[in-house]
Amino acid sequence: MYSQGLIGADSETEESEEFLAAFQARIDREEKIEPNDPMPQGYRKTLVRQIGQHAHSEIVGMLPEGNWITRAPTLRRKIALLAKVQDEGGHGLYLYCAAETLGVSREQMTEELLSGKAKYSSIFNYPTPSWADIGAIGWLVDGAAIMNQVPLCRCSFGPYARAMVRVCKEESFHQRQGYELMMTLTEGTDAQREMAQDALNRWWWPSLMMFGPHDSESSNSDQSMLWKIKRFSNDELRQKFVDATVPQAERIGLTVPDPDLKWNPEKNDGEGGYDFGAIDWDEFWRVVKGGGPMNRDRIAARTKAWEDGAWVREAALAHAEKRKQRMQAAKVAAE
Amino acid sequence: MTNNQSYGGADHIEALLALADDHLILGHRLSEWCGHAPMLEEDLSLPNMALDLLGQARNLFAHVANLENCGKSEDDLAYLRSDREYKNCLMVERPNGDFAHTMLRQLYFAAFMQPYWQAMEDSTDDTLRALAGKAEKEMSYHIRHAGEWVVRLGDGTEESAHRMVNAVVALHPYTDELFEISAPLQNCIEHGLLPDPTPIRAPWQAMIEDIFSQAYLTIPDVPFPQEGGRHGRHTEDFGHLLSELQYMQRAYPGMAW
Repeated sequence: MYSQGLIGADSETEESEEFLAAFQARIDREEKIEPNDPMPQGYRKTLVRQIGQHAHSEIVGMLPEGNWITRAPTLRRKIALLAKVQDEGGHGLYLYCAAETLGVSREQMTEELLSGKAKYSSIFNYPTPSWADIGAIGWLVDGAAIMNQVPLCRCSFGPYARAMVRVCKEESFHQRQGYELMMTLTEGTDAQREMAQDALNRWWWPSLMMFGPHDSESSNSDQSMLWKIKRFSNDELRQKFVDATVPQAERIGLTVPDPDLKWNPEKNDGEGGYDFGAIDWDEFWRVVKGGGPMNRDRIAARTKAWEDGAWVREAALAHAEKRKQRMQAAKVAAE
Repeated sequence: MTNNQSYGGADHIEALLALADDHLILGHRLSEWCGHAPMLEEDLSLPNMALDLLGQARNLFAHVANLENCGKSEDDLAYLRSDREYKNCLMVERPNGDFAHTMLRQLYFAAFMQPYWQAMEDSTDDTLRALAGKAEKEMSYHIRHAGEWVVRLGDGTEESAHRMVNAVVALHPYTDELFEISAPLQNCIEHGLLPDPTPIRAPWQAMIEDIFSQAYLTIPDVPFPQEGGRHGRHTEDFGHLLSELQYMQRAYPGMAW
């Protein structure tokens, strides 16, 4: 669902200046780079890391929302939520396939997720104690993901850019679905409005953190921008998100939990935008480093699914091998 | 007021609810897998099958709500009955167990529902006839998916074969109930509203035997079949399922979601 604010990328590369200049010229001509094209090691590594983190985020992201599938309040909501979580799994699948074109297997990426070597979006390390969290995630988390992913449709790496086109269409649907869920709550009883406000209070700041550290702190952004993997900086995207989302909250009578939030007509080159309060970066880093409320639970759930399913995957391989041998034996017998 | 003998009568409603409950409860069980499946492809296909079943359940509940015409919605029917009022067969409420259990349960159910929906294409109930075509296609896909897994697991590794045998032993006793004809169903059969499951039994058995033969499985003798769901007598697990399913509707009664 999200990969802005890549943590720990290493874009160092060792090719000749001539090679790098030729590559950069292709990028500058807006040519798509395809899997078999020559590319700098750093470009490949950055993409593997970014697409991997993105894929893992989709897969881990199934868990917080999956928490409510069996308790969704109506058949319509149950079906919508199940379909939404299934979409996230589908995004994970496209993304793992896109990463595989760069020479890294899904199994390898999964092992790295479970061992903690690979990261995923920290937003999914927050819990979903209430039904309104399903609305808040769709509205805010998918909303933030769209801000990030729409520019990724123009990413220089072809398979990633193409995967993003469909992903964005689905995320945009999820965002509207989440907002509609929140709107229904705010049009309901006091208990429902409280539930909605409480969810906004808990998800607002973590959603802003999804865009990653400030540009001044984001060491690997410049190279990614130059290679057109990334098109906008973390702070630019965060500002766009705030500007788009604050009026949506107001429209349904919810209060953004930021006392410093204020319209500033000078912002965005005079078009106006919101000034907003300071993000708690200590919290951001604590969650990135594993200290969020759900880090352990999320990895434990993924590890359990992976380990419990090992015998199924082994059986599928064993059966395929048996079939192959039988077909070969039948062919030999026929000859 | 209601006429037990015909369209829209108490028996018609009761028999449709049993059918709707089968789909709701099995869809709910399958949905529990979402995000926890053995591989990503199954994280997509298990919810897919759950969505088919929940979609069918929703159509059936809406049909019942329409027939009852007493201001109840599909959600009132799906979420606000007591355990004794749910008439699903026991097999669909059995816990998921391992992947072998889940796939076998799906095969047993779909191998029954596919021909049953097909037979509904001749129902005198227009709504059922309209629903049958799509549902039957969906069930064919479930048979293929679950059947292929039963073969893979039965003829996979020693462990998978062992687990598959355990699943058969655990679940086969619940298959008789698929063919049970309750009094309301009997009435519906006589009026052409719902099909008689009896003629489906032999082809069902043949299909299971065919898949089992490829999976090195045998159909066990079942001296004591398990039943009771059609009369609202459920297993111990069912109350826990309902406590999750009904949580929001019970905790926040009368609200719109």
